[in-house]
Order: sequence, then structure tokens, then C-alpha cells
Amino acid sequence: MLDWLSAEEWTAVRLSLRVAFWATLASLPFGVATAFLLARGRFWGRQVLNLLVHLPLVIPPVATGYLLLILFGRQGPLGGFLAENFGIVFAFRWTGAALAAAIMAFPLMVRAIWLAMEAVDARLEEAAATLGANRVWTFFVVTLPLILPGIVAGAILAFAKAMGEFGATITFVSNIPGETQTLPSAIYAFLQVPGGESSAVSLVIVSIVVAMAALLASEFVSRRIARWIAAR
Amino acid sequence: MSLDVSLRHRYEGFALDADFSAPDGITALFGRSGAGKTTVVEAIAGLLQPDEGRVSAADTVLLDTGRGISLPAHRRRVGYVFQEGRLFPHLTVRQNLAFGRWFAPRGAGAEEIGRVVDILGIGHLLDRRPGRLSGGEKQRVAIGRALLSAPRILLMDEPLAALDEPRKAEILPYLQRLRTETRIPILYVSHSVAEIVHLATTMVAMSRGRVARAGPAAEVLSDPAAVPYIGIAEAGAVLTATVVGHDRADGLSVLAVSGGGGAPPPGGGAGRPAPAGGTDGAGGLRVLAVSGGRLPLPHVEAPVGTALWLRIHAKDVIIATEEPAGLSALNVLPATVSAIHEGEGPGAAVGLVSGEDRLLARVTRRSVRALGLAPGKKCYAIVNSTAVARSDIGGLETG
Repeated sequence: MLDWLSAEEWTAVRLSLRVAFWATLASLPFGVATAFLLARGRFWGRQVLNLLVHLPLVIPPVATGYLLLILFGRQGPLGGFLAENFGIVFAFRWTGAALAAAIMAFPLMVRAIWLAMEAVDARLEEAAATLGANRVWTFFVVTLPLILPGIVAGAILAFAKAMGEFGATITFVSNIPGETQTLPSAIYAFLQVPGGESSAVSLVIVSIVVAMAALLASEFVSRRIARWIAAR
Repeated sequence: MSLDVSLRHRYEGFALDADFSAPDGITALFGRSGAGKTTVVEAIAGLLQPDEGRVSAADTVLLDTGRGISLPAHRRRVGYVFQEGRLFPHLTVRQNLAFGRWFAPRGAGAEEIGRVVDILGIGHLLDRRPGRLSGGEKQRVAIGRALLSAPRILLMDEPLAALDEPRKAEILPYLQRLRTETRIPILYVSHSVAEIVHLATTMVAMSRGRVARAGPAAEVLSDPAAVPYIGIAEAGAVLTATVVGHDRADGLSVLAVSGGGGAPPPGGGAGRPAPAGGTDGAGGLRVLAVSGGRLPLPHVEAPVGTALWLRIHAKDVIIATEEPAGLSALNVLPATVSAIHEGEGPGAAVGLVSGEDRLLARVTRRSVRALGLAPGKKCYAIVNSTAVARSDIGGLETG
């Protein structure tokens, strides 16, 4: 079974899973916070935030990758600061691939959670306040449990998107086997060399299977949670 | 303990300017939709910031714009029962009840869950989720949840409005128990006179953002000048009465309408739902004694000696200046005109005193002049007793 894919191909699959997992997990708190601000916030600059979050969805991925390279490269303002003070390096590392994937998947994640938050009756939050719960408690005891299906759906959607991210990743962290060569990058690389087509096909099949499994899991889990909340 | 409210708030096309206080017991905040009732309640709860105002409950200032005080909603400890319940759908009934109690300050004297569950009769629902409760059950749980948060006051914003008649009848007795078994002021928003008659001790009638009339419920309801705010269809005074006999052959109860007869005033009685249903097989007219005389009534299923109260709609009272002859004189009460209120329309509301009770009659202005009605004038009130609906009778308990 394992020899169905070559060692090189396996490396790419494992790396992609790792990149997508950390991209999703690390961006989740930010995704929930951003969705909360967009759904409940009444502040100046809400539209600007909305625009910023959605930007990666509409500008060319290569442009996003280039911007990441400028900001988070070794010489970039953020990249230099993080490397000097925290020893966190993104450029040409798998962490950079995770960052690129997280940024590209962020709009999808936020939209799913935002939608769930809009569906939560704000009057329930008012009721919680009259019962003595402050905003933080209300968020964790009332809002968060009610948007759980949306969070799960958003996370899985983001995971699938991160698995498939290519343009921003290859621009930002290049295509280094074993370090930054994710599944899509590997497919691309195999297609560039003579005789690499069969490897590319195997990896395409893997991508399709992972993506479909993620979507099905998302449907299933969020339905289960929704049913648990509505409680029959 | 009492709740003192003084609010001024203005938004497009509407100005609120209301001052009143609510003592212990149930104070009904009455008015048509758009009168500003919900604005008042939300401002008390801290869900709405009024332009100006002062709210204090049990000697704690919740809001005083003059001194820049405005406690956030979660620190006001105002129990709020919403029209639609607003139970948390992801929590069980037990968890919903525990929610408020968890956030109540220690030592605030929060009620025991067991006691509240008993008062409201929700013991069998504890492990269910709100999604599986009926409308009436949801409201009972919502009331329990608010009570358990150790509130300084309880606000109820039309808690029965979303329910059908049988569900309302199911909850009324629990609210009546609440009135006697808790010692916090309850502000009860309603546009239903029937609910107020059954529940309220005090009544604040609002109209267009202002307090039009305020006082003991029985007084406001029998005040001719309050009729325009209550609406002529719903206006009517409340009498106290005692069942003195049954007339099986005619199927009438005779009530003695006796002011001193120990019948609870509206809103003063404890506990049981008004008229316990079941029509009398024999027709069942009862004779009631009122302070001014006797009234035969259908719909009363109570033994002789029972003290009760009944609401007589102003539109069901006719005034005669001479004792009518050729009428079934049983439902004629001698009375004296106490006040007359003439509105803008052709009608007039006449306040009558019969014995120790008050009556309200709706006549035309023309009749006022034709009969020479004026305060102090002796007359007879003819009551259409068959029009007294079962829901207009309450406080059934043996005296």
C-alpha cells in the first residue's frame, strides 16, 4: 500500500498535511475574533477590515505571495523583527508555507464563522446580560457554543483550501523538496520533468480524495453539532 | 422595596416622558402598542440608554444620567422575562435555570432552584432542551431563570402575549403564586386588561410615551377619566362579591356584591386560577351578593359563601334614573353617580358607586343630558349579567 507512492511523493503529502493542519489551527482564533468583529462590531474601519480579510480571495495569489515575501522575508520589516526577537523564520521554511496557506484560506474561514454568528440571535446575548453575564462570559457560554458548527465548517474548509494552495506558497517560499514542496508544488514539479506524469496523477488523486473527505467531514460534523444544539 | 422610574427619551417621532414607582407586588404597565412600554422596560434593564433618567430599585441606583451613573445591564440584577422567552437553545432547562444563579453574587439571597421549580411546576422538564418545550413551558422556565438570578426587580414584557388562550390560563396561576411567594417588585407589561385584572395590584397606564394614570389597579380601572386610555371595549370596574345562593331552576348564581365581604380585591387574592371551568348541568345561574344588592350570574361554579371578584364591562351597564319596572329586577343595583368623563366622541363614561363598590357605565352624551346625570345623582345600574365572561371572574375561594 505504502509503495503506491514513492518516498518523494509521500514527503510532499505529509508536508502538505502538516502545513494545512498548522495553518488552520493557528489562524482559527484570529478567524473567530475577526468574524466576531465583523458580525457584532460597530466601529470605524469595519469596512476596511472586511476588505482586508477578503483581499486574498480576489487578488492574484502570486501577488499575495510577493507581498508576503516583502513583509516576512529575512530583510522584510516583519520577517526581520520576528527572526531577531523570537527566532521565528518564515522565508523558505515550511512555516512560511503554512503562513501563506493560512492567509489564502482566511477569507473562507471567516465567512463561514461570520455566517454562523449572524444566525445567532443577538437577543440571546441580551438575555445573558440581564442574567448577570458580562460580555466575555456571554461570548464563551452563549455565542461560542452556538457558532460551533460554523467554526468546524470554517476550519475544515480552510484546511482543504490550505492543502491546495499553490501560487502564494511557491512565490513566497519556493519549491524545496522536503521543506516547502507541498502537494500542489510537487504536482507542478513532476509535470516539468519528462516521465513525471504518473507521479503527478497519483498526487492529483490524493488531492481529490483529501479535499472530498474534508468537505464530507465538514458537512457531517457541522450537521451533528447543529442537531445537538437544536436538541431533539 | 420599590422601583422608582423617571425617564426621558426621544427618537424619531416619539418622545418618552414617564415617571412612576412600582411597590412590592405586581405593577401593570399598561398601554397600547407604541405607548412606550418596552422602551421603559429596556431602559430599566440597561438594554437601552435613555437621554435622561433615573432608575432606582431597592435603594440601589441603576441609572442616574444627572450624576453620570449607568450600570451596565449585567450588573443591574434586573430579572427580565422576555415576550419570546429567549431560553438558551444549547442548554437544558436545568442549565438554563442555573445560568442566572451562577452569575448572581454570592450572598445575594438567590432562591433555591428546588423551590422555584416547585412554584412553577417545571420539575419534569429539567433534563429537556428548550426546543422540546411548549410555549407555556418555555415561559415558565424563563420566569424561573429570571427569578434565580437574585433580581432586585422582575420585569415581564408581555410574557403571555405570544401564547394562545389555554396556555395563558395555564400560566396565570403560577404568576399569581409568584406575587404572594416572592418579595420583589414585579413590573408587568401588558396590553390586556384581563391579565391585569387577574394579576396586578398597581396599575400604570401609559399613552403616547406618558403616564396617563397610575394607582391601585381597582381604582384606575373604575376611574371614568381612565377610560380613553384603556379603551371603551375593555373598560370596566371590578366588584367584590359573595355567592349567596344557587337558583337551579333558572340556572343562575346569586352573588351578594358585598364590599366588606372579605373577597380579595383584584390582584389581591392568592393562588388559584379563576373560574374552574365546567358548566353546571342544570344550567347553573348563581346568586351573588354585592354591597349594593344581589346579582344573578351564570358561569359560576362555587359553593355558597365563596368570595370572589368580577369585572363588569362598562358597555354592559345601563343607567336608569327611576327603579325600572317590568324588568328582571335581580340585576338592578341602586347607585350614585360619582364622576362623569366625556371624551371627544359621542360617548361618556360614568362612574357609579353602589354600596361600597364602584361601577363604570358607558352611555352616550345625549343620555347624560337627557337623564340629567351629574355627580351625586341617585340612579339604578342595570347590569347585563349574562355578559360577564368566565375570564372576568376570579379569586374563587371559600370565605
